[in-house]
Amino acid sequence: MTSATPPGAHLPEHGDFLWRNPEPKKSYDVVIVGGGGHGLATAHYLAKNHGITNVAVLEKGWLAGGNMARNTTLIRSNYLWDESAAIYEHSLKLWEGLEDDLGYPILFSQRGVLNLAHTEQDVRDSVRRVEANKLNGVDAEWLTPDEVAKICPIVNVSGDIRYPVQGATYQPRAGIAKHDWVAWGFARKADEAGIDLIQDCEVTGFVTDGDTVTGVCTTRGDIACGTVALCAAGHTSVLLDMLGVPAPLSSHPLQALVSELLEPVHPTIVMSNQVHVYVSQAHKGELVMGAGVDSYNGYGQRGAFHIIERQMAAAVELFPVFARAHLLRTWAGIVDTTPDASPIVGHTPYRNVYVNSGWGTGGFKATPGIGWCLADTVAHGRPHEYVAPFALDRFVTGALVDEHGAAAVAH
Amino acid sequence: MQLIECPWCGPREETEFHYGGQAHIAYPETPSELTDTEWAQYIFFRANPKGLFAERWSHSGGCRRWFNAVRDTRTYTFLATYRSGEPQPEVQS
Ligand SMILES: Cc1cc2nc3c(=O)[nH]c(=O)nc-3n(C[C@H](O)[C@H](O)[C@H](O)COP(=O)(O)OP(=O)(O)OC[C@H]3O[C@@H](n4cnc5c(N)ncnc54)[C@H](O)[C@@H]3O)c2cc1C
Ligand SMILES: [Zn+2]
Repeated sequence: MTSATPPGAHLPEHGDFLWRNPEPKKSYDVVIVGGGGHGLATAHYLAKNHGITNVAVLEKGWLAGGNMARNTTLIRSNYLWDESAAIYEHSLKLWEGLEDDLGYPILFSQRGVLNLAHTEQDVRDSVRRVEANKLNGVDAEWLTPDEVAKICPIVNVSGDIRYPVQGATYQPRAGIAKHDWVAWGFARKADEAGIDLIQDCEVTGFVTDGDTVTGVCTTRGDIACGTVALCAAGHTSVLLDMLGVPAPLSSHPLQALVSELLEPVHPTIVMSNQVHVYVSQAHKGELVMGAGVDSYNGYGQRGAFHIIERQMAAAVELFPVFARAHLLRTWAGIVDTTPDASPIVGHTPYRNVYVNSGWGTGGFKATPGIGWCLADTVAHGRPHEYVAPFALDRFVTGALVDEHGAAAVAH
Repeated sequence: MQLIECPWCGPREETEFHYGGQAHIAYPETPSELTDTEWAQYIFFRANPKGLFAERWSHSGGCRRWFNAVRDTRTYTFLATYRSGEPQPEVQS
């Protein structure tokens, strides 16, 4: 090591509290249900872009303790369809200026993502996606196995494995960020603008009058509201069931894991649909890995160990050097998946209730983008153009946005 | 890893099974009369309860037969398994 300062040494100390803990008021213009990344980002952009600050974010646990605390922080925009490219690329552009906007460090590191192809079909799909990305102004390249090895020397590109690497798509602007700090940055800004962040406050019901929701019932009392924005991720169905609104969402456990801290060995992000694992190395040094959801519906924030075992086998196949790393920790979140691997955002049958859901295994990257668009949707009472294609009624019209390929090994 | 009770083979390891989603969804009796909304309900919309859930499983690494289970989605505990065609048993979580 040439540098004397270890990674992270320049980070600031946490001294002052970043937000107040106010008592809930009797009434708010906007009530956001769920204090994860999406809820907090929506609050921030309501204040910043629209001057709307009589807003509460209601969180049943502690702020950003759900998927926001549990995700593997991959950020990219190389999705296939125009509709997806528009919102994910909008989000990526916001990430590029987010540290300045929030005035808070988020350790956004654009180290690029390789999506490996292992079969002829993989290759065809990947090349198609690269071309689609380019047409949408998303940076994308197709790389040969030798070029893959130049970017990430520890990937096994020899012909000597079960599914040899046949090439990869590469998005240089993709990256990772420090998820907790992102949440805290948004929370601090929203609080500064006068928005109430209310923890330990579970929404348990809705007060309705015809097609209008006039208030929410919570574990800290009833709160009247002008508009409601649901940002409850894996628990969206539970809330929609209270309103009697069906939606094609399934909640699944999604697990991830880290190794012990290691010297920097992995310079980028590598994902493989076929061998089924993805890996990056966190700033602190842990290898961060994940794969697909546990197959069954579940709300338990834990998953089965055989899923982890399979991920580790895949990781060691692609990165022989990992065979000597030790598993330190595994955990799970609850993600809300949809039939087409795209989110469900927009109107509900209730005039003043908007739903933001279905981001499944890949909504961290969308945090600033959806916060921006949902705030705009709430402020103007109609879907922002980037979320309009993701309305609930697409399952009736058939206008699905199938991202199963680009959603990759889940993210 | 859980043991799942196949109604034909008895208790076997979870890795021998595949998940099939919500149970007791019958193919529409008069498909040509369905509206787009009804088709959407049939094809895409499934219950997603936090609690008891009747669902399909396949013993794909064993007898390869489908069966149904009632499971608690909060704890993942299997409360009952039963053969396809049998009614959903009454169970308490
Ligand atoms: C293991 C794992 C890895 C992931 N990796 C990535 C990745 O690499 N890249 C990526 O882009 N995405 C990833 N994701 C997905 C991403 O984390 C989610 O899509 C995203 O965080 C969802 O938005 P959120 O942050 O608002 O959700 P959450 O942080 O889950 O926020 C929802 C909040 O709503 C609250 N809530 C629920 N019900 C109620 C109620 N009734 N009343 C009050 N509050 C309520 C919850 O407590 C929770 O805090 C991953 C997810 C997991 C679990
Ligand atoms: Zn069997």
